[in-house]
Amino acid sequence: MNNKENSNLKDYLSKLLKKKIREDGRKPFDYRKISVETGILSQANGSARVKLGDTEVLAGVKIGAGTPYPDGPADGTLMVNSELSPIASDRFESGPPSPASIELSRVIDRAIRESGTIDVSKLCIKSGEKVWMVFVDVYPINDDGNLFDIGLIAAMAALKNARMPKYDEKTEQVNHRELTKDKLPINEEPVMCTFGKLDGEIFVDSTEREELVMDSRLSIGITKKGNICAMQKGGEGTITSSEMMDMIKKAQELSKDLRKNL
Amino acid sequence: MGGKSDKPLIVKGKRLDGRTAEELRPFKIKAGIIKQADGSCELEFGETKVIAGVYGPKKVLPKHLEENTRAFLKVTYSMIPFSTSERNRPGPSRRSKEISKVIKDALAPAINLEKYPQTCIDIHIEITNANAGTRTSAINAATVALIDAGIEMRDVVASIAAGKVEDQVILDLFQDEDNFGQADLPIAMMPRTGEITLVQMDGDMTAAEIKKAIDMCEKACLKIAKVQRKAIIDEYKNNEVKNNE
Repeated sequence: MNNKENSNLKDYLSKLLKKKIREDGRKPFDYRKISVETGILSQANGSARVKLGDTEVLAGVKIGAGTPYPDGPADGTLMVNSELSPIASDRFESGPPSPASIELSRVIDRAIRESGTIDVSKLCIKSGEKVWMVFVDVYPINDDGNLFDIGLIAAMAALKNARMPKYDEKTEQVNHRELTKDKLPINEEPVMCTFGKLDGEIFVDSTEREELVMDSRLSIGITKKGNICAMQKGGEGTITSSEMMDMIKKAQELSKDLRKNL
Repeated sequence: MGGKSDKPLIVKGKRLDGRTAEELRPFKIKAGIIKQADGSCELEFGETKVIAGVYGPKKVLPKHLEENTRAFLKVTYSMIPFSTSERNRPGPSRRSKEISKVIKDALAPAINLEKYPQTCIDIHIEITNANAGTRTSAINAATVALIDAGIEMRDVVASIAAGKVEDQVILDLFQDEDNFGQADLPIAMMPRTGEITLVQMDGDMTAAEIKKAIDMCEKACLKIAKVQRKAIIDEYKNNEVKNNE
């Protein structure tokens, strides 16, 4: 899109938002329809395919065994990764991870990690030697905006869906072909609400076209209790502290409905 | 975040380094320390030490990054290998790439990028000694380096983190508080308008605690902005003396 088209789009979307309406007929704080399918991939320990309007994300969990980090010899590890594959948008390019994909994975990781979602102390096989390592990969298939919120739902759905692989005590090997009935030790369900700001108007669940022209965004991770577990501002615009407090309040409200998808 | 400290971090309202909840570490800022750069700054915030250099506005390389209506802003945050307790592998990590991105987003609103179309403004930030608050210190230093480079700005960007330690909201965490605390909330803002340009948070906080933390940060940013301005004025006076000799 060239500069002229961009500024035309911005004018158009901003005029709509001033009337409290969006291009697709939504109100500023409406989410698009969410659907979640889990357990769809047999090779993964846990998997989910999640849609938010036209945005679609695939998430998979692989669980392996490995040596623990020296600062937590009896703790399992968690790693969240995402890759913005060119299949999802012509804005993405293949090659080493872009800052945008690193940000996406790290913000999703932060919400899961900092809320203590997974009790890593229960993922110990042999202290100091072997622990379970949980890898969550988030793959957008179609990016029509708001990968943060739906990426976290996909990651959480896949984690909740995951079954532990079998561990053979004799050979000290993981048998990846056989899954046990055991689930991961999950005790929190963080969800994220990402707000956009365009010409001073605040809205939630942005589409790709809105993301192209919005000034700034704020992602807020909310725990079951309604506490905040992660935040990240993005975009080259600003927000005021009162806008931020309003967004937090709104996120606390919206999080209840979002969590119903898990 | 996460781990547990073997000793209490706050005793009778005093923190381990003797500060109260709302007290900043001593800090100093000096502009114009790199001759080759168009603008530069050295900043110390407690034991955290940062050097920032600005090159530009200059030719955009590679050319396809050039923008017709504004300058292309490039921020590189990096920790030098001996800046951390364990040697930090040189080269960009995922952490440093994310931080570079949020710093760019924090500085961009304050820079008059439209004034310099088809150019590149390159900001390099090296952490020489890390003791928590490196991204906020990086922003404080980069702002001064940008002004030192003579780049048109709408306001200074001042930055500080608040956090939660032993259920108390405190300002400007140092290493132990950062490692063993319950939450960390770095903020950057333009003090003139109070607009926030950087927000990150991890840990567990209630909405009321966040409100308190932001109020603390707002006050601290005003203090920091004063010292940033002074660093520029000092450097300007310094140059004036040299030119007259």
